[in-house]
Amino acid sequence: MDLYTISFYMFAVLLLGSAIVVVFSRNIVRAAFALMITLLSIAAFYVLMMADFVGIVQLLLYVGGILVLILFGVMLTNRQISVDIREGAIQTIPAVIVTSTIGGILAGAIWSTAWPMREAARSVAATAPVIGEMFLTTYLLPFEVASVLLLVALVGAALIARRERKS
Amino acid sequence: MNDILVWFQNPGLTHVLLISAALFMLGTYAILTRRNAIMVLMGIELVLNAAGLNFVAFGRYAVGTFDGQVITLFIIVLAAAEAAIALAIVLNIYQNFHTVNVDEINRLKD
Repeated sequence: MDLYTISFYMFAVLLLGSAIVVVFSRNIVRAAFALMITLLSIAAFYVLMMADFVGIVQLLLYVGGILVLILFGVMLTNRQISVDIREGAIQTIPAVIVTSTIGGILAGAIWSTAWPMREAARSVAATAPVIGEMFLTTYLLPFEVASVLLLVALVGAALIARRERKS
Repeated sequence: MNDILVWFQNPGLTHVLLISAALFMLGTYAILTRRNAIMVLMGIELVLNAAGLNFVAFGRYAVGTFDGQVITLFIIVLAAAEAAIALAIVLNIYQNFHTVNVDEINRLKD
């Protein structure tokens, strides 16, 4: 049991526990804050798998951006919180059947497949220069398309959310 | 018994894939069962994170290139765009219908 293994299992427990709170909590504000723990644990997993730049981007964009957006949505739409507390979930039994089927198939496939493993871990000083070079060479077109998409999405979101009502 | 102990002591690709499969299951369950539209959004975020975890895990343990990390960055960017648009739509729906229950929103226009 080295430090890597201990931290791996610690973040695994943190990730799955907080995700369970997100899914099963009746209180939507509590679910939103548990989602923060989930996203932080995902960032920790990225760092554990030597993807430090992706971990930082996860922190900045997911925890700092998307989660704040979701919290804004919760605060702006949650006037009748007592109703939400009572009627949290629907179609529980079909959902349990569907998700357990998906999970069983996934776990069986993961367990029975002989994944091609790399022998030695390649050590890289920093991943950010490599990723930046790939963005500007191999993935130049998807990079530009993603930037245009973000611009369109943000302008569209501002337009939809700020539309004046007629009455 | 000893094999199981050795398996637990060496976290690798299979462990990450199983964790991400569990995260995918939880996200799917939230999408299927929740009535609040924002909770459905949170389930979508869980599913997207499970996919990104898989990409980084395959890049780290199986392939050995950085393509998986680049694709995970694209997933995060798409998730940001999706969350912005979806929350704008949810806010508009709340202004028009005064509810965000996905079962009661069955008209395009009030």
